[in-house]
Order: sequence, then C-alpha cells, then structure tokens
Amino acid sequence: MPQVAESYFSLAPLAAVFVSLIAAVLISLSSRKPNLRETWTIVAALCKFAVVSSMLPAVLSGLRPEITLFDIAPGVSLALKADPLGLSFALSASLLWIFTSFYSIGYMRALKEHDQTRYFASFALCLSATMGIAFAANLMTFFIFYEVLTISTYPLVIHKESPAAISAGRKYLAFLLSGGVALLLAVGLTQRVAGTLNFTPGGFLSVSMGQAGLLALFSLFLVGVGAKSGLMPLHSWLPTAMIAPTPVSALLHAVAVVKAGVFGFARVMGFVFGPELAGEIGATTLTAVIAGATIVIASLLAMAQDNLKRRLAYSTVGHLSYIILGTVLLAPAGWLGGLFHITTHAAMKITLFFCAGAIYVKTGRENVSELDGIGRQMPITMAAFTVGALGLAGLPPVGGFLSKWFLAQGTVETGQPILLAVLLLSGLLNAGYLFPIVIRAFFKSSKDFTKFDEAAPLMVVPLLFTAAFSVLLGIYPDGIFHFYSLSAEAALGVVARGAP
Amino acid sequence: MSHLPVLIPITLLLSAFLIPLAGYVKRDFAFAIASVGAFLAFAFSLRGLLMVLSQGEIRYHLGGWAPPIGIEYVLDALSAFMAAVVTLIGLVVLIYSRRSVLHEVPQRVVPLYALAMLLLAGLVGIIVTGDLFNLFVFLEISSLSAYALMAIGDDRAPVASFRYLILGSIAGSFYVLGVGFLYFSTGSLNMADVAQRLPALYQSRAVAAAAIFIFIALGLKMALFPLHLWLPDVYTYAPSAVTALIAPIMTKVSAYALIRMLLTVFQPHYLRDMLPVTSVIAWLGAAGILYGSIMAIAQSDFRRMLAYSSVSQIGYIGLGIGLANPLGLIGALLHILNHAFMKACLFLVAGSIRFRTGRWEVSSFAGLGRKMPWTMAAFTVAALSMVGIPPAAGFFSKWYLLLGGIDRGNWFFVATILLSSLLAAVYFFRVLEQVYAGRSEESAFKNVSDPPASMLFPTIILGAGVLVLGLLNSIIVSRILELVVAPLNEPRG
Repeated sequence: MPQVAESYFSLAPLAAVFVSLIAAVLISLSSRKPNLRETWTIVAALCKFAVVSSMLPAVLSGLRPEITLFDIAPGVSLALKADPLGLSFALSASLLWIFTSFYSIGYMRALKEHDQTRYFASFALCLSATMGIAFAANLMTFFIFYEVLTISTYPLVIHKESPAAISAGRKYLAFLLSGGVALLLAVGLTQRVAGTLNFTPGGFLSVSMGQAGLLALFSLFLVGVGAKSGLMPLHSWLPTAMIAPTPVSALLHAVAVVKAGVFGFARVMGFVFGPELAGEIGATTLTAVIAGATIVIASLLAMAQDNLKRRLAYSTVGHLSYIILGTVLLAPAGWLGGLFHITTHAAMKITLFFCAGAIYVKTGRENVSELDGIGRQMPITMAAFTVGALGLAGLPPVGGFLSKWFLAQGTVETGQPILLAVLLLSGLLNAGYLFPIVIRAFFKSSKDFTKFDEAAPLMVVPLLFTAAFSVLLGIYPDGIFHFYSLSAEAALGVVARGAP
Repeated sequence: MSHLPVLIPITLLLSAFLIPLAGYVKRDFAFAIASVGAFLAFAFSLRGLLMVLSQGEIRYHLGGWAPPIGIEYVLDALSAFMAAVVTLIGLVVLIYSRRSVLHEVPQRVVPLYALAMLLLAGLVGIIVTGDLFNLFVFLEISSLSAYALMAIGDDRAPVASFRYLILGSIAGSFYVLGVGFLYFSTGSLNMADVAQRLPALYQSRAVAAAAIFIFIALGLKMALFPLHLWLPDVYTYAPSAVTALIAPIMTKVSAYALIRMLLTVFQPHYLRDMLPVTSVIAWLGAAGILYGSIMAIAQSDFRRMLAYSSVSQIGYIGLGIGLANPLGLIGALLHILNHAFMKACLFLVAGSIRFRTGRWEVSSFAGLGRKMPWTMAAFTVAALSMVGIPPAAGFFSKWYLLLGGIDRGNWFFVATILLSSLLAAVYFFRVLEQVYAGRSEESAFKNVSDPPASMLFPTIILGAGVLVLGLLNSIIVSRILELVVAPLNEPRG
C-alpha cells in the first residue's frame, strides 16, 4: 500500500451527493403519483450505491477520487474526497438505504401515513447530506453538510405532527443546533489558529499551539459532534426522537445521522488533531472516560425501557460510544474495531428496528411487555431479531463479534484493563436487555399470537437481507464490498505506528 | 460614462416626479414608471460596480465645480456595491408591490409610488455622495418620504410614523450639528478633503464632539440598540409593500453612512484607538443582537417578530463595524447584503400571507405549508438563512463576524454571535412548526393558495438568491469587500 495516497479528479463523490438531491426534487414534483414517486426513491438508492461502490477499486488501490468545486470562503474550498474512512461510511449508508427504501414504502403504505412526499423527499435529502459528510475534504465542507443533515432530519422527527412529536422536534433541534454552534466555534478557531481546514491523516494541529487551548478546542469539537453521536449527557434527544416513523429511526437514528456524529469524531480525532497530539494533551483520556461511562449507563438505561424503540435507542447510544472508544485507543486494532463497528452496528441495529417496525405495523404494539409469544405469529421477523440481538451482544458468527474483538484487542495492546472491563461488561448488559425479548417472543405463550401472520414482503424481505448482511460481516468480513479492508486501511492511515 | 454616479439618483428622482403626472392620467402608469426607473437605476449601479472593479473609482463633479468647493459624487467599491444592493432590492420589491398595494391601499397607489421612488433616490444619494452636507440633504429626502410612506397604512400607522418623525428629526439635527463642528474645524465639507485635514486636528474637542454627534445620529437612523425604539411599530403598521421596501435597505444605508465615516472621513485609527467610538458601537451591537432576539421570541405578531429580528440583525452589522478589523467589517458588509435579501423575502412572505388570509398572528399560520407551498418554501430558506444554517447566505456573514470576533479576542462578542443563532432558531422554528405541522381546526383557509405570479416570483427569486449568495459569497468577498476593508489592514498608527 502506497504511503502517500494519490488524488485524482473524479466526479463520483459529487455525483453521490447529487443523486439523492435530484431525487428529492423529483419526489417533490411527483406528489400526485405515489408509484412514480417511490420509483425515484428506489432508482436514486440504486444509483447512489452504484456510484459509491464504483470508487471502491480505486480507493483500495491507494488512490483518492477528489473534486474541488470552488471557494466557499476565501481560502476555504468546497471539496469532496473519497478516502477509506469516508468511503466505508458512505458505502454502508448507501447500501442500507436501498433496503430502507423498500421497507419505507411497505411501512408507510401499510400505515397509510400522511405527507409521504415530504417524508421521502426529506429522506433523500438526508442521504445527500450524509454523503457530503462522508466525502468532505475539509472541516468547512463537513460543517455545511453536517448542518444540512440536522435540518433535513427535522421534518422526519416531527412527521407525526402530534404535540409529542413537535416537542421531540424541539428537543432534537435544541441539542443538535447547540452542538452545531459549538462545532462552528471550533471550526472558526481552527481556521484562525492553523490557517487551514483540510483534513490530513494524522492531523494538522501541532502542540506548539498550547496544551490548554488545544484541549479547550477539542472539548468544543467533542460537544459539537458529541450531540449527534449521543455522547452522554448530550444523548437525551435520541430516545425522544423515536417518535419518528420506524424507517427513520432505523436508517437515520441508527445509521446516517448518529453515525455522522461518530464519523465526525473520527475525522476530528484522526485528521484534525491526530491521535498522538490528542493523547499528549489529554483529550483521549477525557473522551475515554466519557465514552466508557456512556456505554455502561446507556446499557443500564436500556434495560429499564419498556418501549421497544426506546430500548433500541439507548442501545444505540451505548454502541456509538464503542466507536468513539475505538478511535481514542492509540492502536490500529482499536481504530479498526471502531470503524468496522460503524458498519456492523449499522447492519445489526437496522435489522432490529425493521423488526420493531414490522411488529408495530402488524400488531400495533410498541412495548416489550406486550410481546409474549409473538415468535409464533412472526417467526421470520423474530428470527432476524435474534440474529441482531446476538450480534449486538458480541456473539459469533454475527459481525458484532468481530468489531468487538478488535476493540478488545486494542484495549489490550494499549494496556487499558478498565476499558476492556467496560467492553466485556457491556456485552453482558447488551445480552441482558435484548435476550429477554427473544425469550418472551419464543418461549412465553400467549393467546393473542397463535396463527402465522407476517408483515408484507416489502418489509420482511429487507429485514432478512440486513440480518443476512450482519452475519456475512461476521463470517466473511472482507467479502462484501471490502468493509474490513476499508476500515483497516483507514485505521493504518491514522495510527501508522506498530501494525497489528 | 463618467456620469454614472449621478445618473443613479437622478433616474430615481426623475421617475418620482413623473409618477404623479402620469398617475393622474392613469393609475397603472405609476407602477410602470416606478419599475422602469428602478430597473434603470439598478442597471446603472451594476454597470458602475463593474466599472469600478475594472478601472477604479469614478468621481463626478456636480455642475462641473471641482471639489472641495463643488459637490462630488463618488462611486468606489463600497458605494457601488451598496448602490447595487439597494436598487436591486428596490426593484424586486416594487415588482412585487403592485398587487399588494392595490389590495391594501387602493386609493393611495400614485402617492405611494412617487414617495417610494423619492425614498430610493434619497437612499442612493446618501450612498453616492462624497459631500457631508449633501449627505444630510439626501438623508432628509429619504426620511421625509419614509415618514409619509409609513403613515399610509392602517389606523395606527400615522402614530408610529409620527414617533419615527420625532426621533428621525433628532437624528437629522444631530447629524447637522456634527457636520457643523467638522466644517468649522476643517473648513471643508468634502469627505475626502475633510479626511485629509482631520489628522492634524485629532486632539481637538470639536472634532471629538462632531464624531459623537454624527455617530448618535446615524445610530438612531440605523436603529442601533438602544436607539431602535421607533422601528417595531413602524414596521408593523405600514403597508406590507412599504415595510418590505424600508426594512431591508433603509437602516442599512445608515449603516453604510456609518462605515463611510469610519473608513473615509475619520480614519479607523482615530475612532478605534483615540476615541472609543467603535468599541461603543460593538457593545451596543452585541446588546442589540441579544435584545432583539429575545424580544422577537416574545412576539405573536409575525410582522413584529420580523421587526425585532431586524433590531437583532442590525446589531450584527453594528458589531461587525465596531470590531473595526477586516474580517468583522467584511461580515458587516456581507450581512448588509444578505440581510437585505433575507428580510425582503420574509416581508414579502408576510405580505403574501396577508394578501391571501388577512392574518398576522403566527398562531393562525397552521397548515399554510400545504396551502402556499412555494411561498413557504421561500420562507423556509430565508428563515434558515436567518438562523445561520449553511449553505444559505446568512451563515457566511456570521462566519466572517465570528472570525472577526476571534481576531479581536473578545469572547463575549463571539458568544453573542453564536448564541443569537440559537435564539433565532427559537422564533423561526416556532413559525415553521405552525406552518408545516400545525393543526388548523378552522376551515378558513379553504381557498388559500400561493399568491399571483407577480407576487410569487419576486419572493422566490429572493429566496433562491439567499442560496446563491451563500454559495457565491467568496466571489463577493474577495472581489469587492476585501477592497473596501483594505484601509483597516494598515498598521495602527
């Protein structure tokens, strides 16, 4: 693998952003023809995935497709660049968007939801912003798409238009716009201190800028991206936002939006500060403490939730901090585990949300306590649920086992027994809040669920695919679209010292 | 074409005189002449701007009398930029105004257009003149026409306008007093000439008094907190087209005069380092940002909310001027442009809502997102821009202001700029919630739809303009505004 990655001009990163942007316009214009409208969504999802995966061979061979559009402010350009880190995020988001699109159609039509045009258009817009975040080549570009993502998710959060949904929307905006403001200040300070905003593997800030000042700057970044990634105590908008339709919770609040937060953290850690500098100024310790606490507390809170989606949301909060934890371990294995967990957690969590949505559509039930015996009525759904639950608990052969394994390896390599203990404990807690659902579903009996009655194929097939995808990631991690190689290469690019 | 500097105000002035004559024949002529006049003025301004950028500043001696005796009109990067902004916004709002004026004040169409053109002529005059006393004359032309324009409107408009008249007259006399002090100190009224003579007189108390009088006067005219008291009522009760014309540009032109004083007449060195005028402006600006935002949150009337939001946005401009460093002033100038677009768009939306529903209260906007999709799309863009969401224009002026605040090293200013984004989010998202997710229990809006094309297009153009300005801000900043703020880059004396 070449040491210095070579850039070349390519329209592909831009096309990845624009595909769903154009789709959003087409969707808005086809509000009277639902079938045509949904066709745009599907076509856009397929095109986007094709465009993103077309960059895969080049990036794996050490090339970097790049496009610099124009100066967005003097000296700061609007630029997109596909590197392994960005590509792996874009690839998992765009792949899962395909499944989510089919699932969304089934879900929204089954419930006869209102304002489906706004829903699908916002969804497409969110995916554009996500691609922009993944491929942003500098902090300004990143920030612009980060804010666009915040705003374009808002209509989806308040979709229900009930007082509860509106207040969830307010809470969402309060947290995320505040985070955005902290991030903006951090970007502005970086611009004035460093004179550049371009992401550089290994970071571009240097210790000569003063330790205390750098730690303060880091804290601002941490608040900025922490709000989106559910880092405690900035997490509380996420469980509230579960009032959104389930496909939104599935793709945005388990994959795109929250992962944009942790992805941003990885960018800041690896491409602005650099792990070494972050370690020197004490930023890694600070983050490790917060992330470790978040993992344990979120898992405990998850146990206390009866509402299934809220339980999953707290689980997401915990798992996002796994990723953050991986990136503060100064070892390639830690980064590899963290980055790989972006994809594996996405696949597993989206499966669980799809199952929750299928149950809701079929039975109208949202609470764990009402699910006794549902495995008899919906065996396929609950089988997929079991796969996801096993994965989140970190059991082989599901993908979650691998990412957790690398994370654990990272803690061992860097000599962090406490963090290792946190990982192991949270694995148990994961099992503690997910397995009872499986046990209730299959082993408790209930009069309500006796005959076989699954949700529509538009919903069941996608959740089977994502479940299968979770398993494939575990047994053949590099086989499907090279997620493993991408994560490994990104990890090595940032933490060059001492290969695993 | 060295006549360009004078052609811009003359065109507007001429159409102001033609309108009553032609309007006497047929009412529709008034609108036609106003639009053509505004269009020509904009074309001249644009040509002037391009010429200034390629060839440097254009100076025009009125009547052939050479300064400092004669009156001089100057198009430089700053004035050409401002003239283009003012005439463009004027043009767009005038095109919009036809249906709205016919709807709201059908019996006063002709005087309204004559006054509007007079107002624009006065504003453009303030921008292009290079003479301190001539600036006073144009200031009064614009103020007098504004008083009359604002008094056309509903029952409470005359009272609001009268209050503005009193405060505006105080501002006018303060300005004249300041200019008087300057005149007997330097013996000149020409801005460039005064600027050359002033450094020798920096120790003079009379010059200090002149500076203070002029800044209070212009602070009042631009509604800088706490001199903003006239603004909310005036914006609330005037006809919507009038508010849409006045709100985006009139206070900005006073801000321009302030910048002109800072950069051209008094040197930045004097007002920044010898007399703490810029510091005072910066603190007042910051206070205005917070006060305006908080008051805007407390309003239930849409127009009043926008008016207080203007107080807050003027605070931004004041803060940027007061920072008195290149990035701060770039932020202020860019915000003059951006805010002109955003506020014009918002007031046009307010006018369209009134045109279709007759309502002002935010609580009655429930469900309008479905009834008036295009209007509300423009509103959403402008509102997000006010909040400072990229890539809308409003974000970028905040960005430069933020950098300017960081350069100044004043964390209170930095915090204020950031916090006010959140406050703006509070009051704009409250409206967006109503518009898109509000439950309308009444069926009053059954027949409500987007307004006619002549109203809808200007609104959409401004909304789209907000996005375009945001994406292209770098061109404006590096081609025009960096030229303007160059004097601030000089090392402190």
